[in-house]
Amino acid sequence: MSLSVRIKHHFPNFSLDAAFEAPMGITGLIGPSGSGKSTIINAIAGLLRPDESRIVLGKGALSDTTSGAWRPPRDRAVGYVFQDHRLFPHMNVAKNLDYGRWARGRPRDAARHDQVVELLGLGGLLDRRTAALSGGEKARVGIARALLSGPHLLLMDEPLAALDGDRKGEILPYLERIRDEAEIPIVYVSHALDEVIRLATTLVLMRDGKVIQSGPAEDILCDPASASTLGSTAIGALLPARLTGKSADGLSELSVSGGKLWVPQIEATTERLLRIRVHANDVLLSRERPTGLSALNILPATVARITQGLGPDKLVQLHVGDDFVLAQVTNRSANALELSEGAACFAILKSVAVSQNDISGR
Amino acid sequence: MSWFELGPAEWAAVRLSIQVSFWATFVSLPFGLLTAFALARWRFPGKTILNGLVHLPLILPPVVTGYLLLSAFGRRGPLGQFLEQTFGITIAFQWTGAALAAAIMAFPLMVRAMRLAIETVDPKLEEAAATLGAPRVIIFFTITLPLILPGLIAGVILAFAKAMGEFGATITFVSNIPGRTQTLPSAIYAFLQVPGGENAALRLVVISVVIAMSALALSEVFARRAAKRVAGR
Repeated sequence: MSLSVRIKHHFPNFSLDAAFEAPMGITGLIGPSGSGKSTIINAIAGLLRPDESRIVLGKGALSDTTSGAWRPPRDRAVGYVFQDHRLFPHMNVAKNLDYGRWARGRPRDAARHDQVVELLGLGGLLDRRTAALSGGEKARVGIARALLSGPHLLLMDEPLAALDGDRKGEILPYLERIRDEAEIPIVYVSHALDEVIRLATTLVLMRDGKVIQSGPAEDILCDPASASTLGSTAIGALLPARLTGKSADGLSELSVSGGKLWVPQIEATTERLLRIRVHANDVLLSRERPTGLSALNILPATVARITQGLGPDKLVQLHVGDDFVLAQVTNRSANALELSEGAACFAILKSVAVSQNDISGR
Repeated sequence: MSWFELGPAEWAAVRLSIQVSFWATFVSLPFGLLTAFALARWRFPGKTILNGLVHLPLILPPVVTGYLLLSAFGRRGPLGQFLEQTFGITIAFQWTGAALAAAIMAFPLMVRAMRLAIETVDPKLEEAAATLGAPRVIIFFTITLPLILPGLIAGVILAFAKAMGEFGATITFVSNIPGRTQTLPSAIYAFLQVPGGENAALRLVVISVVIAMSALALSEVFARRAAKRVAGR
């Protein structure tokens, strides 16, 4: 199932004209405040009625202004996780979780209920009043409540914005599991770039009410053109990797299509599939295989494309195995190395440049 | 006969007052809730006028309200004639008229309490319920009503107490007929007009004070529970 969105809406001092596709997985909607992200997801949920819209989920139209189709929020089967959680204060956690099933008059599904409660670690909270919950717990209850309403699509509007760094880190793995286990598209709105990049499989970049780029996360992130929207520190490669081993001196070995990578120890079982984010400004280039170098990761590469960066730098897109890696080098180095398309070189990455935040499940 | 025992005329006044106040409150409840919702949530032309009309009985001298009621619902008043000819109902100088006067005088208090309760409910919670698949009626009964219920009860209690105490509009509209339109305050007034009526008046005064104080205390308890419930504690 996938979601197709086309929305036009005029506010007194802002107009939105956006279209994108959200396939299975997490589609991250990124953009500065006021770029129209929340308007889009409220329109998808049916809480806002745009001037013109065609929103199709699977084969069914949620709204279509040309045919006049408009389904009210309750008939959309769209789970919505709100930034402010919106838990019902007069009900305990269990009743909040059960509300969607009960409101739709569906039979109890104990297995599904227990599965979601387990997935979000809510077992000990069911009898609690919602005001007694911490911010992180509220977020998890909000997510579970939306999942248990039987949605065909999940919308998440900055679900972690109200949480501090530690709490965010606590919830991100839950979100990865939902992405991998819930067989529905998820639209995830946030202006926290790192959070979205860690989760998203598809990215939609917005500015001033328009979609400026959209597509698979690894393509967008590795596209030199994204530097102007995401910033040159954010762009880079998202490499699919497999955890193949751990060494006694505290490193983990990963297998990527272009060879092996050593990174600081990862808390995961061997053979686990991972996604490694390699920032463009962490990658060094060398025409010959360097020796006597402290960096542990040296991968053979071919230059695919060279683009002028935002400053006195070039963004060099490299073929490393089957994947692309992006390297940011100064114009001076690019000239000195006589880099050109098709040239063979080596991409060098310091192990310690890959932080735990750059590693996520796949 | 002990001092505390009520005579038949006194009993009749207490009973009639309770009857009048009950019906005044009960019948105006749905209208009060609807008005409170309109004022708290809806945007429509004439909202300021509605707000003014609702609060008018608080500001007008009660005798004026009574006079206006008499002009409208009296035998020769347009509404009074209409009711009599269409349904055969007369309310002037009847206990139903006392209930109407009491309802109108108590209405602003009822609407005010309910409106405050409705304003504390975040409409975003209702939106959340809608995204979970709940139809509007279900949302009202499972989200909105439980959250405003204590405020609603407080409004009802205040309205009941106000109805119990209504005097000026009542006596102007339906007069002071023992056993028919003589409510507690009218009875107190009547007893004070005759020599030797002081004891009876005093007994009724004590009853009035007890009812008023209990109503205030009860509404305070419910108002606190309302605040707690909305905060989810």
